[in-house]
Amino acid sequence: MKIPVSITVNGKVYAHEVEARELLVYHLRDRLRLTGTHIGCDTSTCGACTVHIDNKAVKSCTVLAVQADGCDVTTIEGLSGDASHPLQVGFKEEHGLQCGFCTPGMIMTASDLLMRNPDPSEHEIREALEGNICRCTGYHNIVRAIQYAAKEFSTEVVGC
Amino acid sequence: MIPASFDYKRASSVAEALDILKGDGDAKILAGGHSLIPAMKLRLSQPSVLVDIAKIPELNFIRDRGKYFAIGAATTHGAVAAHKSVNAKLWWVANAASMIGDVQVRNAGTIGGAIAHADPASDWPAVLLAANASIKVEGTNGSRVIAAQDFFTGFFMTALEEGEIITEIHIPDPTSSDTPDSWRSTYQKFAQPASRFAIVGCAVNLQLSADGTIEQAYVAFNGVDSKAYRATSVEEALVGRTLSDETAAGACDGATAQAELIMSDHYADEVYREHLAKVICKRAISACMYD
Repeated sequence: MKIPVSITVNGKVYAHEVEARELLVYHLRDRLRLTGTHIGCDTSTCGACTVHIDNKAVKSCTVLAVQADGCDVTTIEGLSGDASHPLQVGFKEEHGLQCGFCTPGMIMTASDLLMRNPDPSEHEIREALEGNICRCTGYHNIVRAIQYAAKEFSTEVVGC
Repeated sequence: MIPASFDYKRASSVAEALDILKGDGDAKILAGGHSLIPAMKLRLSQPSVLVDIAKIPELNFIRDRGKYFAIGAATTHGAVAAHKSVNAKLWWVANAASMIGDVQVRNAGTIGGAIAHADPASDWPAVLLAANASIKVEGTNGSRVIAAQDFFTGFFMTALEEGEIITEIHIPDPTSSDTPDSWRSTYQKFAQPASRFAIVGCAVNLQLSADGTIEQAYVAFNGVDSKAYRATSVEEALVGRTLSDETAAGACDGATAQAELIMSDHYADEVYREHLAKVICKRAISACMYD
């Protein structure tokens, strides 16, 4: 059974017919070719597939595309057209990655945090990252990258 | 991993959801999907139809009804954790909600979905048992209210009958009682570091008299047995005593007395889990001194 869905992704409306079992992460990657959202563990543990649905971070490997029907979805590609978002700059400046596989999920979770709490403590950042796993670096530089972005936001007054 | 094929129907009211359920014995309710979808991806669950109730307005609310808080079944863990009035009057419940999974899981997973799934390692069952909560369910023959004590019946098993839907969770609010400051409560857990599921979780809810004597005690565990349970041995050892570290150390010995079968897996074997249950129990009781 095919079900019509209309999902706004990064500000653009996409209408498709999908099977009910199509997971949002495959919908984004395979159908919309937005491959910045990664599939890591596929068991809602690692957070590599984190996107925003209606401004809240969720793991898109555990959401059906049909559940996102009528919703606003933001992926890593939607943060900025040219990697100029303060979080993206922060991860470059503070060397917040090695292989980069976890980075899109880290950034989407961090962006959810900064929307709720623009000036988080180190503890609050680490707590917010509970659902995102990095296997290269440890988390020190990731935390610094998010602190860098929080600082940018406080001086620039831009939305996240 | 891709789930097996199924049909999908989005219900706009509880009545409509009940109607779809009635017609198909293999239909399942979908709310946040954070228990069901992983099970479907592993093909442990292969429903014929998913009835999506996530967007039904009458299931999305938190209301202070004076003697108790009513939480709609499709309310996310994150919404409970962030709710101002729940934080003000039942802070330990809000705090327990903030310990479930991680931010992303709390943004999608729902309280009704979690208790319907009744994973023995999930957090809500022990919290609801210790809070003396009850669960309102609706079926085609009307609604009924089930005490949390009677709700969790076994390994992933509940008292829900076929065709019934959880609509509300009722959590008593002690601040509305005659002695609003007499309750001390906490939920503590030893979490699996990746999934944040409880290897052992312990919820403690105590009523103290003016001189610090424990008058009523509710203690419940998750993660230990094949279902969440009330540790009546611990409760009996607490009532009549003064809340202190010594009382906690003595009472925690009975932590697993009511467990039927202590779980054992590659995170924690039976002996270690039993030990952890006592340690977390002691910590939780002691933490009530500072609540």
